[in-house]
Formats: sequence, structure tokens, C-alpha cells
Amino acid sequence: MAQVLLENVTKNYGKLEVVHGISLDIAHNEFVVLVGPSGCGKSTTLRMIAGLEEISAGDISIGGQIVNDMPPRDRNISMVFQNYALYPHMTVRENLGFSLQIAGKPPAEIARAVGEAAGILSLDDYLDRKPSELSGGQRQRVAMGRAIVRHPDVFLFDEPLSNLDAKLRAQMRVEIKKLHQKIQTTVIYVTHDQVEAMTLADRIVIMRDGNVEQQGTPNEVFERPVNTFVATFIGSPPMNLLPGRVTGGALVFARGFTVPVPHNFAELVAEGQEIVLGFRADNMMPEGHALNMDEASPAIEMAVIVSEPLGTETLLYTELAGQEVQAKMLKPRPVADGEVLTFHLDLAQCHLFDAKTQNNLR
Amino acid sequence: MAMDINQQHRFKTRIGAALRHITLFIAMSIICIPGLWIVLNSFRPTVDIMAKPPVWVPRGLNLDNYRAMFGGAGEGGVPVVQYFTNSLIISVTSTVIAILIGMAGGYAFARYRFRGKSAIFIGLLLTRAVPGVALSLPLFIVMAKTGLIDTHVGLIMVYVAMNVPFTIWLIDGFFRQVPPDLAEAAEIDGCTRWQAFWKVEFPVAKSGVASAGIFAFLTSWNEYALASQLTRSTFSKTMPVGLRDFTSEFTINWGGMCALAVLMIIPALILTFLVQKHLIAGLTFGGVKG
Ligand SMILES: Nc1ncnc2c1ncn2[C@@H]1O[C@H](COP(=O)(O)OP(=O)(O)O)[C@@H](O)[C@H]1O
Ligand SMILES: [Mg+2]
Repeated sequence: MAQVLLENVTKNYGKLEVVHGISLDIAHNEFVVLVGPSGCGKSTTLRMIAGLEEISAGDISIGGQIVNDMPPRDRNISMVFQNYALYPHMTVRENLGFSLQIAGKPPAEIARAVGEAAGILSLDDYLDRKPSELSGGQRQRVAMGRAIVRHPDVFLFDEPLSNLDAKLRAQMRVEIKKLHQKIQTTVIYVTHDQVEAMTLADRIVIMRDGNVEQQGTPNEVFERPVNTFVATFIGSPPMNLLPGRVTGGALVFARGFTVPVPHNFAELVAEGQEIVLGFRADNMMPEGHALNMDEASPAIEMAVIVSEPLGTETLLYTELAGQEVQAKMLKPRPVADGEVLTFHLDLAQCHLFDAKTQNNLR
Repeated sequence: MAMDINQQHRFKTRIGAALRHITLFIAMSIICIPGLWIVLNSFRPTVDIMAKPPVWVPRGLNLDNYRAMFGGAGEGGVPVVQYFTNSLIISVTSTVIAILIGMAGGYAFARYRFRGKSAIFIGLLLTRAVPGVALSLPLFIVMAKTGLIDTHVGLIMVYVAMNVPFTIWLIDGFFRQVPPDLAEAAEIDGCTRWQAFWKVEFPVAKSGVASAGIFAFLTSWNEYALASQLTRSTFSKTMPVGLRDFTSEFTINWGGMCALAVLMIIPALILTFLVQKHLIAGLTFGGVKG
């Protein structure tokens, strides 16, 4: 059983504070993804959990034991590094067995554990190769194999897929998910890729500039982003944001574009308040190519600037209130550039953010 | 027409290849001929060595020079075995020490941040800018005062001091190329810091360390200027200094000198040959990004 607990964990490099008192409560067997733009302190946080960086303040405990000053080797954790960090002078077999060998396990037991890990990750045919003789995906699997042989309490991943090409990345994503189903262990996974976060996580922790912005299930952070940062970071394409003002019970934007205040937000806005309207491409669709929309959705005539056919749907780039926005066309048909379509905006799915704080009003 | 251009092109390529070979041959000749000349001369009498115009094609080669060298003191013999032993003891010991210090220092420079790091580093390199001979008098005085003249220890200390900046600099470069996450992975796999170094970082960088070792060894093995000042007797004289035994007031025994020089070259060649795999791997490092 390994619950991981972070309480007000802070990291300073000299005078520079890069992680500002983060608190996390990660349950046994939970798959938690730390996601955020590059430089936001994800790796630093992970490395503090691993014991590779000292923590400047706060407490970290693993399995109920405070590990603040415990060296990595005593924490019973495994880590997969971005560049895999395979030992180049050892064969795959030796790489996999290294931790057990260091722990002084008998050769028979090492061989059995290595065999088991190799089986899980289909590495049996490569056991006698050196890392330099493997492809990127195979190296990635060896790195994971090295992590699982010793049955750690916690698995740490630092951007493990970012060196792979898109296709392999998608494939390994599924493998990691399967792996987690097979070997029930707490996982803390760092990535800057929101797709990885959404697809892998039981819970997503979104970080920015050394702070946690929001945490929740993939569904929660997608459906109810707490601020414009999360709203644009999670989901692809990013949420459209239109700055405007509450005027006479309606939302008024540049170029005179006006919509009624969405029902969900009716009580939450004040006359004259500066707001930002957020909606995803899925919530603005051309007539005849949309899902059913609940609310009386305003119809807007707009010219398509560029269309991106993706097969099952087409992304449409248009201009609304002087700003480029993206809309989506289901059951697509070819669209000519400049073609004028009637779009419907699903107000029930929209979000309103305060223009000053950028926080969701709901 | 097209044929013509093709042929022309092929012709040019061939000329280019030929030119390259000729240039290479000339360069290699310049490098190798003195060495070959020494080997050749060690096998023939002074008459042939001094002949004008020079005798290039060997005639009547023999082992007289070697026989004389190993012979008694009266007939041109020198204590070769003693010199060889001295050279070996001094070079090996100073190399081992310089490598140990070089590894500790190089690793520290590669991995840790500390105050005055770049100043110390530049200081180390600056010591290489001082010509060794310029130090011979001060060194002589210090060694004389401390009674280290004509001892192995004295020369070993000098060579360690000469080689350490270089080994630190070289080994620092090699450890820099070992990704730090290898040691971190090892620590997570259960190693102490010390184990992580010896089980992962050192094996990965060992080719580099070996090439630093070769350079340090050859420097000590071939050093003449300081050794000639700081040694006196057969007790501590090294092979390069021993070469001087062949000069007397009026004559120089070129043949004997060449024979001793050949004995000096052989171990260096053997050593270089033995570790050449590491040497090449070390000099073309960077293939470790597993
Ligand atoms: N050793 C260090 N010294 C000083 N600043 C550092 C050091 N390591 C990381 N940082 C800074 O800490 C911040 C967070 O880094 P990191 O955790 O690696 O970000 P992420 O993994 O989210 O991209 C960055 O601004 C980075 O510049
Ligand atoms: Mg990072």
C-alpha cells in the first residue's frame, strides 16, 4: 500500500522559488498525471518525490512514512526518465536485473523477475542486446521494464514518451495504461502533453509557474475548468475565448456581437462586469452539421476562413467579434474557403470567466 | 556528350584520390622516417650511420649495439635494466596517482557546482602554459632542500603535478558527456552515490579515463628536461636521461643511443596498441546516449 502525500512542498534554487507550496494526496493505485507547460515545475516536483532533489520546505510521505531526508534507494520507488537513462554498458538483461543485483538477490530470483518483466513488455528477443542496438520504442520498454522488476510502491514517469514519434507515442500510451491495469501500483506521471494527461490519468493535476491550478478527473477538468488557463490548456483545439461586457442582461462583444447571458450564469454576473466568454469548437457548429443543442442557441452568419478536414469531423476557422475562433462540423461535407455558413452557439455549454481574475464564475 | 561529362567527372575523382594518397604519404613519411631511421641505425655500425651521402638501403645489419649496451661498463654498456625499471616505476606510479586525482577532480568539475569553479579550472589550465624547463631551477632547489634529488619519489611528485591538470581537464570532459540521469537512475535502482559512480558512471567513461592514462604515461615516460636535472645516479635515472650515457667528451655513440631509444619506444608502442580500442572509443566519445 503506498499513498503519496505532499504537504506544502516548496523548492528553492538559491533565492529563486520554483515550486510554491504544493499539496497533493495521491491514493494507493491511483494514476496521477502532473501536466503543465514547460518550466512549470513538474519535473522538480517529481524529482523531489523521488529524492533526487532536496525539498526546501514542507513534507513528503510515501506509504505513511515521512521521506523528506531519505535517499532515493530507500524509498522503494521506480522512475522512468525522459531519455530512458539506460545503462549503455549493460545488456538489456543486465539493465533489467540491475536493481535486484544491487539488492543482493540470488541469481535465480533475478533471472525469474527479469523473465517476467521481459514477458510483460515483450522484450524476450532483445535481452542480450545493448541499449544502443534498440529502437526508441524498445528502449522505452526497457526503461519501463527496469522500473517494474522490483515491484516498487510508486512508479514515477518524467515525460517518458516525448522522444517518440506520434504513432509510437499513441501506441506506448495504451501500453502504459495496460501496464497499470496489470501491475496495480501508484503512478505519478509528468507530461506537458494534455492528450497524454487526458487519456492516462485517473486524476489530472494541472500546474503553472510552480502552483497547482486545478486537479480532478479528466472529465472534471475538461468540463469545469477553474480558469482560462486550464480552459485553454486542456482540450484540443483550445477553448475559444472572447472578451466582452455584461450590458443590459446580455453579453456584448466587439463589433456589436451580442448573446444572452447563459442560464447557468444568470445569477453570477453583475451589470457592467468585464467577462470572458469561453466555448469549445464542439459548441459552435454549422446548421445541419451539429448535435442537438439544448438552449435557444443564437444563430450567427460567418465566413469560413480555412477548413481542416479530419475525416469524421472538420475544423472550421472563422472570425467572430474581430477574433479568430474555431468551430466544428460533424458529418462533414467539403467547405469552400470564404463560404458563409450559419453557426449555432450552444450557450448551455459555455463558460464565463471574470476578465480580471480569469477565474471561472461558476 | 553525357558520357563525356561522366568520364571527365570520374577522371577528376581519380586524380583527387591520387593526390590525397600522395599528400598522406608525404605526411606519414615526415612523421615516420625519423623513427624508422632510429630503428635502422640501432642495427648498424657508426660508419654507416655517419656516411655521407646517407646510406638508405641497409647493408650488414647486426645486433652489436644491443650487445654492447647490455655488456659490461668497459665496452660501452649502460645499466639498461636499471633505467628501464626506474622509468617503469616512476611512470606507472605517477600515472596511477594522476589518474586517481584526475578522476576525483574531473568528476567534481563535471558534476558539482562550487564557488570559484571556473577560476580553479582556468588556473589548472594555466599551469600548462608554464614551460616545464622554467621550473627546473626552483624545483631543483626545493628537491635538494628536501632531500628528494635522485629519488623515485621526487620525480613521481613532479610528474603527478605535471599531469594532474591535464588529466582533470580530459576526464572532466568525459564525465560531462555521461548523462547525469544515469547515476540518478542507479540511485533509484538502489545504489549509494559511491556505487552509482563505480557501477555506472565509471564503466561508461572508462575509455576516456584510459586515454587520459595513456597521455599521462607517455608524458612521464618520455620526459627528459626535468628528469635530467633531478636525477644523478643509476638509482633514479630514467631511460631518456640514460641516453646521455652514450655521449662522452669527444664522441657520441649514435648506434648505442638508437638502440636504447628503440627499447624506450617499444613499451610505449605496446601500451598504445593494447589500449587503442579504448583510446579510439575515448577520443570519439559521445556514443553513450543509450
Ligand atoms: N538546477 C536548477 N537551478 C536553477 N533553476 C532550476 C534548476 N532546475 C530547474 N530550474 C528551474 O525550475 C523551473 C522548473 O523546472 P522543471 O521542474 O524542470 O520544469 P518542467 O519539468 O515543468 O518543465 C524552471 O523555471 C527551471 O528553469
Ligand atoms: Mg521537465
